[in-house]
Amino acid sequence: MALRSLALATRKTLTLGLNSTRLSQSRALQTFSLPDLPYDYGALEPAISGEIMQLHHQKHHQTYITNYNKALEQLHDAIQKGDSSTVAKLQSAIKFNGGGHINHSIFWQNLAPIREGGGEPPKGSLGWVIDTNFGSLESLIQNINAEGAALQGSGWVWLGLDKELKKLVIETTANQDPLVTKGPHLVPLLGIDVWEHAYYLQYKNVRPDYLKNIWKVINWKYASEVYEKESA
Amino acid sequence: MATSLNLTLFPSQGVLVNPGLPGPARTLPRTKPQRRFLRKGASNLITAKFELKPPPYPLNALEPHMSQATLEFHWGKHHKTYVENLNKQIVGTELEGLSLEDIVVVSYNKGDLLPYFNNAAQAWNHDFFWESMKPGGGGKPSGELLDLIEKDFGSFDQFVEEFKSAAATQFGSGWAWLAYRASEKDKKLEVVKSLNAVNPLVSDYFPLLTIDVWEHAYYLDFQNRRPDYISTFMEKLVSWEAVSARLEKAKVQAAK
Repeated sequence: MALRSLALATRKTLTLGLNSTRLSQSRALQTFSLPDLPYDYGALEPAISGEIMQLHHQKHHQTYITNYNKALEQLHDAIQKGDSSTVAKLQSAIKFNGGGHINHSIFWQNLAPIREGGGEPPKGSLGWVIDTNFGSLESLIQNINAEGAALQGSGWVWLGLDKELKKLVIETTANQDPLVTKGPHLVPLLGIDVWEHAYYLQYKNVRPDYLKNIWKVINWKYASEVYEKESA
Repeated sequence: MATSLNLTLFPSQGVLVNPGLPGPARTLPRTKPQRRFLRKGASNLITAKFELKPPPYPLNALEPHMSQATLEFHWGKHHKTYVENLNKQIVGTELEGLSLEDIVVVSYNKGDLLPYFNNAAQAWNHDFFWESMKPGGGGKPSGELLDLIEKDFGSFDQFVEEFKSAAATQFGSGWAWLAYRASEKDKKLEVVKSLNAVNPLVSDYFPLLTIDVWEHAYYLDFQNRRPDYISTFMEKLVSWEAVSARLEKAKVQAAK
C-alpha cells in the first residue's frame, strides 16, 4: 500500500509540471501533455490573431488536458476501488475534457500559415471527392459555414469521412463532443472550433466573418493525408 | 460539492435531470407585465413586437467589473440580435400578442424545442440578467431573502459556493440560477444550471437571479478565466434588491 501511495504522490507532483508523460509507467496510466503548435502564435494572422492563438492553446487547450488527466486519475482510482457510482459520475468530465484535448489537437493541424500552404485548395483524391460530393470546394465551404453559423451555443463543425458509407459528411457536435459521438465510422478530416473563445477577441459576435476568413489558413494537406490513409 | 440541490436542465431530456423533484413542464399562462410595444403596421393591423429594453443603468456603469465594451457588444449586439430575430420569427404567427414569457414556455415544448425558443429564451434571459446586476452591487442580502437562503443552503457562504460551482461547471454555454420553487409541500430556494438558452421558467421555477456564462459574457474582460468573472459578479455586481423584489413577486404568484 505504501509503495502505491508513493507512486501516486510522485505522479501527482510531476503532473503539476504539466509536461510529464513518462513517469506513470508504474501505474500504467498515461498522462497527457500539451502538443506544441507547428507554427508561431502570430503565423495565422490576419485570419486568426496571435492573441487568440496563444490563449486558445496555452489556456483553453491546456485546461482541458489538466482536467482530463485529473479525471482519468480519479477514474483509475474509482475502478480500482470498484466504486461504480464515481465511475459513472466521471463520464461527463472525461467526455468534456478528453474531447477538448482530442478536438483541439486535430484543430492545430487543420491550420497552417499561408506560406506553408494554408488556404491552398486540396488536390489529389480529396479534391476530387469534394467536387463529386459537393459540386465544388466553394459549395462545401458554404455548407460548412452555414452549419457552423447556425450552431447554437458552443461546439464544432466538421468535415468527416464516413468510412462505412465511403462518403464525406458535414456534421456538428456540441460542446467538446468528438466527431465519433455522431457515428462510430466517422473520421474527422477538418474541424472548425465555433466556441466563442475561438474568435471573440477578434470577431466579437460576428461568427460568420470568422468562418469566412479561417479558410485562408486551413491546412488541406493534413486533411488530404488523413483522407488518403482512412479511405485506403 | 454537488448536492442534490444542484440540478441541470437539459432540453433534449425534457425537464430536470434529478428525478426526485415533482412538477412537470409548465403550461400556459402565467401572466406577467408584458414588455411589448404595440404599434400599427401599414395595413392598419396592430402588431406586437418586442423591444430591446436597455439595462437599468448606463453601459459604463458596471466598470471596472464589467466593461462598457462588454455591455456594448453583449447588449448592443448579442441581445439585440435575439430580439430582432425573434420579432422576425413570430410576425404573422399565432405567437404575436403573447408575452415573452409565454412564448418561452410554449416554444420549449417539453424539451422538443421549437424554432423560436432560442431567440425568445435568450431575449428573456438577457433582460433578466441586466436587471440582476447594479452598479455598486454585491454584498449580502438581508431580511427574508437572507433567512430563506440560510434555511435552504445552511449559510450565505454555502449558497455562494454552490452558485459559483454551478456557474463554473456548466460545460459550454449556459446560465446559472437561484430559483424559487413552490409546491404543495414545500417552498424553497435552489441553485440550478442550464444549457444554452434554457431557463428555469420551463420547469415551474420562479427565477430570482442569474449569471450568463456564455463566453461572450466575460471573454473581453476575463478571457478564459470564468471563475474570476463569477467571483466578480458575486462580489461586485449582484443586485440583491432585484432578487428580493423577485422573491416577493414569486411568493404572491405561488399563493395563487
